[in-house]
Amino acid sequence: MIDARGRSCPEPVIMAKKALASKEASYEMMVDNRVSLENVTRFANHAGYEVKVTEQGDDFLLNITKK
Amino acid sequence: MKNEKITIGIAGILIGIIAVGLVFFGNPANMGFCIACFIRDTAGGLGLHRAAPVQYIRPEIIGLVLGAFLMAVGRKEFSVKGGSSPVTRFVLGFFVMIGCLMFLGCPFRMILRMAGGDLNAYIGLVGFAAGILVGIFFLNNGYTLKRTYKQSTSEGLMFPVIQVVLLVLLVAAPAFIFFSEEGPGSKHAAVIISLAAGLIVGAAAQLTRLCMVGGIRDMILFKESKLLIGFVAIFAAALIGNLALGSFNLAMAGQPIAHTDGLWNFLGMLLVGYGCALLGGCPLRQLVLSGEGNVDSAVTVLGLAAGAAFCHNFGLASSAEGPTANGKIAVIIGIVVVTVIAAANTFRKEK
Repeated sequence: MIDARGRSCPEPVIMAKKALASKEASYEMMVDNRVSLENVTRFANHAGYEVKVTEQGDDFLLNITKK
Repeated sequence: MKNEKITIGIAGILIGIIAVGLVFFGNPANMGFCIACFIRDTAGGLGLHRAAPVQYIRPEIIGLVLGAFLMAVGRKEFSVKGGSSPVTRFVLGFFVMIGCLMFLGCPFRMILRMAGGDLNAYIGLVGFAAGILVGIFFLNNGYTLKRTYKQSTSEGLMFPVIQVVLLVLLVAAPAFIFFSEEGPGSKHAAVIISLAAGLIVGAAAQLTRLCMVGGIRDMILFKESKLLIGFVAIFAAALIGNLALGSFNLAMAGQPIAHTDGLWNFLGMLLVGYGCALLGGCPLRQLVLSGEGNVDSAVTVLGLAAGAAFCHNFGLASSAEGPTANGKIAVIIGIVVVTVIAAANTFRKEK
């Protein structure tokens, strides 16, 4: 689980980039704002991953899986 | 994802047109918008510095914050957060302003100057990109100002309310508020036009996450072009607008509110790019975030304002004649301080 809650732009994307470099089939990530959600989703899509989003209160849980 | 790029492209074109329009309606040349100059003018209007030519509470700044605030509320994105190293952000904002006033413009005005044919601004752009590159080095090595936490709604409303107070002071114009009688501060569009322009651009920037630093940063870091499209669209629209109005003049010398000292234009914008990369956004983005309830960004804007006041009190700001000796020393100190902050927040030992 990558916890990027509270991190401001562009840190969540850098965290995702570093994690995705290990090329596993799936990852879980938490962010707490829409900008990070959009940025991480965009990055993951470019890297060949699909992102499923579940809202958990004020946070977003991202399930990032290989396309 | 395609739609996002089209939206930010359209927003950029709109913003470029509005910027040229503001000059047409009375703002200084190549200064439809300049976040640094306008925060500096506002600090002067409040008497925080006494440089007579640059004193005017700029409605564009008020509009930008309130436009972003209203758009964020409308989109249910108003979310109050803070606590991510606020004093460090204040200091970074302070030195970013010193870099801006060495160059005579924030990244936004740099684009507008480029679109007006000011070749000095292209040198500034090289410095700006170099500064962002240095910032990226630290970001890639784990630089962080630590996380934010949820804050109360009233805390988040504080900064937008301050903007309303500033607007009241501007319109009521009591004797203790300063208004430049000559110089850049005396040149401005009508209050209602400036305010409307700020509101529209603030709302558009909130919607699209427009950021001048983000444009170059995301391209280098993630090969992501979205924000850069906004940057290029502003440039293109302002360029066409300037050509149409006959205000395009391709030259180094004789540019409005600019100087030709290449080294210091470069170093000034290097400090800006560097500091903004560590802050996570350019001065425009900080204003927009402060309207969205990000109180760390509000503190950053206060740092920018304090930096502006010091710039004029200590003789650090450049003029058309060029940079000052004090300004050069301040920029060097700024680069050192920003580097210390970057290193301290990158290579810290976690307990």
